[in-house]
Amino acid sequence: MNKTYQILPPKGLVRIDLGELWRFRELFFVFVWRDFKVRYKQTALGILWAIFQPFVTMLIFSIFFGKLAQLPSDDIPYPIFVYSGLLFWNYFVSALSNASNSLVDNENIVKKIYFPRLILPISTLVTPIIDFVCAFVVLLGIMLYYHYTPSVLGIALIPILLLFSLLSASGLGVLFASVNVKFRDIRFILPFFIQLLLFLTPVIYPISLIPQPYQWILYINPMSSVITVARSFLIGGASVQPSLIMLSVAVTAIFVFVGIIYFRSTERLITDAL
Amino acid sequence: MSFAIKAEGISKVYKIGAFNAGGTLRDSINDLMTFKWKKSPVENFWALKDIDFELKKGDALGIIGRNGAGKSTLLKILSRTTAPTSGCIDINGSIASLLEVGTGFHPELSGRENIFLNGAILGMSRKEIKKKFDAIVDFSEIEKFLDTPVKRYSSGMYVRLAFAVAAHLEPEILIVDEVLAVGDLNFQKKCLGKMSDVGKEGRTVIFVSHNMSAVKALCNRAIYLENGRKEFEGDVLTAVSKYQGRTDEKQVVKIYDSLGPSTKSAQIRKIEIGDASNEEKTEFSTEKPLEIKITFLVEKENAKIGTTVFLNNSDGEMLFASLSNHEEKWHGKNRPIGTYINTCEIPPNLLSDGDYSISVGLWEGFYEQGFIENNVINFSVHEEGFIRGDVPYDSRSGLIKPLLKWQSIKVK
Repeated sequence: MNKTYQILPPKGLVRIDLGELWRFRELFFVFVWRDFKVRYKQTALGILWAIFQPFVTMLIFSIFFGKLAQLPSDDIPYPIFVYSGLLFWNYFVSALSNASNSLVDNENIVKKIYFPRLILPISTLVTPIIDFVCAFVVLLGIMLYYHYTPSVLGIALIPILLLFSLLSASGLGVLFASVNVKFRDIRFILPFFIQLLLFLTPVIYPISLIPQPYQWILYINPMSSVITVARSFLIGGASVQPSLIMLSVAVTAIFVFVGIIYFRSTERLITDAL
Repeated sequence: MSFAIKAEGISKVYKIGAFNAGGTLRDSINDLMTFKWKKSPVENFWALKDIDFELKKGDALGIIGRNGAGKSTLLKILSRTTAPTSGCIDINGSIASLLEVGTGFHPELSGRENIFLNGAILGMSRKEIKKKFDAIVDFSEIEKFLDTPVKRYSSGMYVRLAFAVAAHLEPEILIVDEVLAVGDLNFQKKCLGKMSDVGKEGRTVIFVSHNMSAVKALCNRAIYLENGRKEFEGDVLTAVSKYQGRTDEKQVVKIYDSLGPSTKSAQIRKIEIGDASNEEKTEFSTEKPLEIKITFLVEKENAKIGTTVFLNNSDGEMLFASLSNHEEKWHGKNRPIGTYINTCEIPPNLLSDGDYSISVGLWEGFYEQGFIENNVINFSVHEEGFIRGDVPYDSRSGLIKPLLKWQSIKVK
């Protein structure tokens, strides 16, 4: 903790105090560590659940969307196709909902102890990475089963794609975390909103299903880029247009910027509303 | 720089009626739909107004005042969990606040894990916690359960572990809320000891409490707040006596109308204190018995009603609580509808000189339902000196002053 500082009333827009975030890095890691511990203590199945859930979803989607509805899948076997989408989608959903509930869930700490509030929602984005890694190993297994060899470039891209998913979840997550304090029903609205978003993301269908001139609309959702790029490079799906990727990057940057600015401007009075 | 904290013109406004804390989005949308967008009238509530103070390194500052005087708000601002509306505070030194013990404890995690978690939340580095780990475990007396999830702890163990972590914080400035009222008696003593060590180590302490004895024991300076303003700042004895001096007007009779507090079947009507003389006065002799009469109405047939008297001294310490559960005529029996008076007698030669307040509880059934009227009666007692004879003036008279039997015999 720093030695001298001033406490002043909040004024206007606040800049992000990176120095302060750095000083509190240990607490950040402690929050991450706590969430890991708790996540794998509370559920009896522990890590197994992280594998079981996307796998079963994949089976059901393969039966209904792949076999019965005969959805196209860019000439990749449908199970690989949908599982690779779910992999990133599930990470995004967990990260977003964890971050959105982070302040309210940790109300007792936030009310009693000072620390830069931003580290709470951001630390919760890290926990679901473990689930992601477990589920990713299963993806490799499924690919092996269908005699697909994952490309080295594809695997090398995974951390970058994951980081991009984390960033896109962080913008909205940080924003919702702050709004959630004031409007407690965000907690109930969010799952519905996320469910709708699943259908606006090429998880269960390929983006080529959408007529070319309208495809850009899907790319406003950054997760569309993540999933399409992952499929393209890892498995060899349809190629992607760089300009549309840039659109997703721009949208993410805006979300992160707006989210953090809003969060910072409400941060210091958050306890008065909790 | 020898100051630890310098506060100038600290104010905090809460807007009442404007901010729907904990409200829902639905409510807000509803308000929009129904054209309630003209904001409901906003009332400003000044929880703190223009507070200045300066604290030197090594000072132990007590903050005293009634409930709602602004103590907690000041504490929250100093510990930065909320921001002031105006003013400026300079803080010189590392600071930690203990507004509660066990902040962030997670029930699923073991005692060992919670020490690291709680320590980090309170601002200790991992290295620091590792270094103090054994001392913390020793202090908490729970080494056998170190790897048990804290959800299986008894409440006493939980609090001991929580306090043990807190007690090993070593900031230059420590902010403490009333967290001492926890744990069993032995443990409390240990904690109070640890707290006064803190002062001796030359650390700056800010301590908020209702317990005047604790404030007097731990602090060398005090601020007395009233209605968000600083009424006094200075030496601790003066501040405490100012706080006690304002003591709510002496009141020996309290009469309730039909809106007074009630249980399912009974309603309180009157609480009074008096001695045998029957005149209404607020100062009594310690040498005569005092009677506390609680009048209540039983409005439903067959209610089991009992009452409790709590006696508090002017330091806010409760000297005793006495229940009517050994009263012979009506305790545990069904009372028919009617008006009753429960009388509690305080025997003569028990209290020491001073001001007292009485809280009264009324309960129904097997203590299932009830209420407590806090500090309804305020009175003082003085020793007349007839019974004990030539008593020298002595400030160390003790919390109570019972007349005990003495014997003196010549054995050789």
